[in-house]
Amino acid sequence: MTTTPSTPSVGRPLTRLEGEAKVTGLAPYAYEYALTDPLYLGPVLSTVARGRVSAVDTARAEELPGVRAVLTPANAERLADTEDREFAVLQSDEVSFRGQFVAAVVADTPETAREAAGLVDVAYETLAHDVTLTADHPRLYRPEEVNTGVEADTEQGDPDAALARAAVVVDRTYRTPMEHNNPMEPHTTVALWDEGGGRLTLYDSTQGAHPVRHTVAGVFGLDPERVRVVAPYVGGGFGSKGSAHAHNVLAAMAARAVPGRPVKFALTRQQMFSLVGYRTPTIQRLRLGADRDGRLDAVVHDVVEQTSKIKEFAEQSGVCTRMMYAAPHRRTTHRLAPLDAPIPFWMRAPGEAPGMYALESAMDELAHECGVDPVELRLRNEPPVDPSTGEPWSDRALVRCLREGAERFGWHGRDPAPGARREGDWLVGTGVASAMYPHMVNPGSVAEIRYGEDRRYHVGIGAADIGTGALTALTQIAADALGRPLSEVVVSIGDTDLPEASVAGGSSGTTSWGAALVAAARVFRAEHGEAPAPGASARGTAPEDTATPGYSQYSFGAHFVEARVHADTGEIRVPRMLGLFSVGRVVNPRTARSQFLGGMVMGLSMALYEQSVVDPAFGHVVNHDLAQYHVAVHADVSGLEADWLEGEDPHAGPLGSRGVGEIGIVGTAAAVANACHHATGVRVRNLPLTPDLFLR
Amino acid sequence: MRPFDYTRPDGPADAVALVADDPGAAYLAGGTNLVDHMKLGVASPTRLVDVRGLLGNRVEELPGGGLRIGASVPNSDLAAHPAVRRRYPVLSAALLAGASGQLRNAATTGGNLFQRTRCPYFQDTTTPCNKREPGTGCSALEGHGRDNAVLGASDHCVATHPSDMAVALAALGAEARVLGPGGERVVPIPGLHRLPGSEPERDTVLGHGDLITAVDLPHLPVAARSAYRKVRDRASYAFALVSVAAALDVVDGTVADVRIAFGGLAHVPWRAHRAEEALIGGPATEEAFREAARAELADARTGRDNAFKVPMAVNTLASTLRGLTAEEAR
Repeated sequence: MTTTPSTPSVGRPLTRLEGEAKVTGLAPYAYEYALTDPLYLGPVLSTVARGRVSAVDTARAEELPGVRAVLTPANAERLADTEDREFAVLQSDEVSFRGQFVAAVVADTPETAREAAGLVDVAYETLAHDVTLTADHPRLYRPEEVNTGVEADTEQGDPDAALARAAVVVDRTYRTPMEHNNPMEPHTTVALWDEGGGRLTLYDSTQGAHPVRHTVAGVFGLDPERVRVVAPYVGGGFGSKGSAHAHNVLAAMAARAVPGRPVKFALTRQQMFSLVGYRTPTIQRLRLGADRDGRLDAVVHDVVEQTSKIKEFAEQSGVCTRMMYAAPHRRTTHRLAPLDAPIPFWMRAPGEAPGMYALESAMDELAHECGVDPVELRLRNEPPVDPSTGEPWSDRALVRCLREGAERFGWHGRDPAPGARREGDWLVGTGVASAMYPHMVNPGSVAEIRYGEDRRYHVGIGAADIGTGALTALTQIAADALGRPLSEVVVSIGDTDLPEASVAGGSSGTTSWGAALVAAARVFRAEHGEAPAPGASARGTAPEDTATPGYSQYSFGAHFVEARVHADTGEIRVPRMLGLFSVGRVVNPRTARSQFLGGMVMGLSMALYEQSVVDPAFGHVVNHDLAQYHVAVHADVSGLEADWLEGEDPHAGPLGSRGVGEIGIVGTAAAVANACHHATGVRVRNLPLTPDLFLR
Repeated sequence: MRPFDYTRPDGPADAVALVADDPGAAYLAGGTNLVDHMKLGVASPTRLVDVRGLLGNRVEELPGGGLRIGASVPNSDLAAHPAVRRRYPVLSAALLAGASGQLRNAATTGGNLFQRTRCPYFQDTTTPCNKREPGTGCSALEGHGRDNAVLGASDHCVATHPSDMAVALAALGAEARVLGPGGERVVPIPGLHRLPGSEPERDTVLGHGDLITAVDLPHLPVAARSAYRKVRDRASYAFALVSVAAALDVVDGTVADVRIAFGGLAHVPWRAHRAEEALIGGPATEEAFREAARAELADARTGRDNAFKVPMAVNTLASTLRGLTAEEAR
């Protein structure tokens, strides 16, 4: 035996292993691969929200020097499988939303492609469209299930009767707007078919190389082995890159027209507002029935949202209410209005982010009605078991997060009266909200370990690091699983040439891929011992049930926020935010903190700024760039603190960890809104909270 | 993006001759707005005449006590200039309230005055816009109207002027020195920008080929106590919902002199003559400030989305003048 025991890597606050390569520009993002003789794609997007393409005149575009091909619904190849209509690109003349692909140009330079796209003359037969979500939309329907595959509606007890007899009833409707993910790196695909046209390579910006492979292979009728997806570095995704989208298909179609030459396609910021998903607007009615001490007897959460007519996506905004607090009588419902709108999709904490905004706002209103401190109100409604399943909690630490968070924030002694504190021209208030996120694990990821001539363990898994630090965390996990120091382990990710891995979504990546690494390391050590010969290799697969069945597994947290509202102008500043979380074992404190902070900033942004404004006449998002779609900037963020409870979840799998990527955005907006109410006495129930809403 | 020629002439007169003789030509200074428009298809000049190196990049004293600002002085340099900070703090504050550090380094004094509206429909070539394509209609009238003008708008256009700097210059009564095909002339600010009327495509009174070579600030003692207050949705890097440039001199509780201009309310930086007249000689009280603001906004016309601008403007002016009064009292 030549091995020496290694100090554990998990738990160390390592900096990102690829950080230097990224900041020195050496880490290639999808568009940056130095491929030979690339061509460039310029898409043409529909300018009507509903109708038919009646004619496409490509003559002027084709006359432009440098144009190689113009694709239209008339000449585009017929795809093998377009049951998922998001991917039925140029397959018919039908226009289903404004900003849909209706043609595309392939040209020698990006400038020529853009210019030529503008010269493609598309004529439409326009039909009346409907892009406006209303609470009583005539076409509302109940989806078969909502995102994550759970039922759309649930009911326990007799919530109507309980509400009718409740001493205190809060009956409020909260609205959240359409919101768009805006990762710094736009959605990008570089597509390359080999000369024979039988193999396709995509250099992609995605949260899942293997999921993109499966989708694209299906659409083109290819054996998945003939599609390679390469995505080792990704500049943010937030969910919007959690699936292939139409641009992947369009780029591959365009590249087929010029075999042997790569076709580069990066969406513009404006194009991202119609083609890569968005968070649906929500209209959420919350009814809470309680006794005078604030103990809940009934909770009803009715959600109205939109989806696209061509593909359903049902955001699970009401699902959080099924398990959050104790109440014998409970109902949750989801209804969708199908609109002539782009296809909604994942945006950081789909479901939980808008749902917990509404629930935690209503809880604050109940606390106010009952004269109970908002922290205490939540403690009084703590359920001993999961109310939705009756299962015991694996590690429910909401009470500790609230109590310890309150202590650290200086919550105690807070004057509950709203609008009672003024410092100069600023009205000052504080607010609290709970956070939670389910423990999600995707089974089936595979990892491979090979011991190299360089005396290092080369670990391969097709996982994705979208800027989260996943590569670093996986290297730490692999090192510990192999019992080796970090310097002897090299992890490769982001390529379908590596073993299959699940999507970076649902805060599941590190847990799901980590389980595969642990499994592979076990096999490797069993087969090759601690002193392997160069060339030794082994594979391992994450088990179907990484988490222990029979337990209800969630992460929890508490947000505490100080808000200041200007008495004259209504401007809002948030000088202080504290998020305290419980996520099981933290693999890398540095990158985990970064995830919490990022989630909290995005939650602040959701509370105060983010809103995609749809013009009902045209059907498009009017403010479709970062000058107009406001996200929090540096000057908006100060006094931000995130921390977590030490510990591990014994039922969460081999690592004892749950995800960290999304819980930071959950509940944040409610804490901000509650603080603004405490500051001013003005309760705004629509996001975002803009200065005009606080003018007096 | 369309192909275009790029020319760097030898001097301002050459530049003027080049542009005046070529209807497809446009001046290029910092490029912070024009280049965006070229990418978006909002502007398609066939020739860019780069004037940045031709025009003054210094701030100079004028004999009467004013300042002459070369048209190529970057926004960041102007904001940091000691004489500007001391004698015209409103101008420095307005500049620093605009854009971002990088943009202020690139943007010039002359170019800033030619910023075009950020109305989303103007910037989107797939929607009708009378300013971009005269006669096509105004999408903002019935569409997303949160940024729409409340003063001086027309049925043809409800766009607002985006510049912060221009609001300060309007309050100060600055003058633009203009070189045109017919020679040099002076155009006062306000007076440079125009209300949309039936020709919203024209932002200013200048003609094609006219070139601003410098901006003169008058000797104006009241400006030493001045402030710029910009209200926006986030703390930085957003255009004004409402902004106020104000200078105030109070003697024994009475307003001896005052200059006020509003941003975010109109197609022009809006000099508030009516409010100034209401205040001069009267008491420097909260009530008087609000009364003056209400007088200025008496003719405001609001739509579905922008009614808040009236109370916001009243409150912001009152708040700004209150702050200047308190400063004076110290």
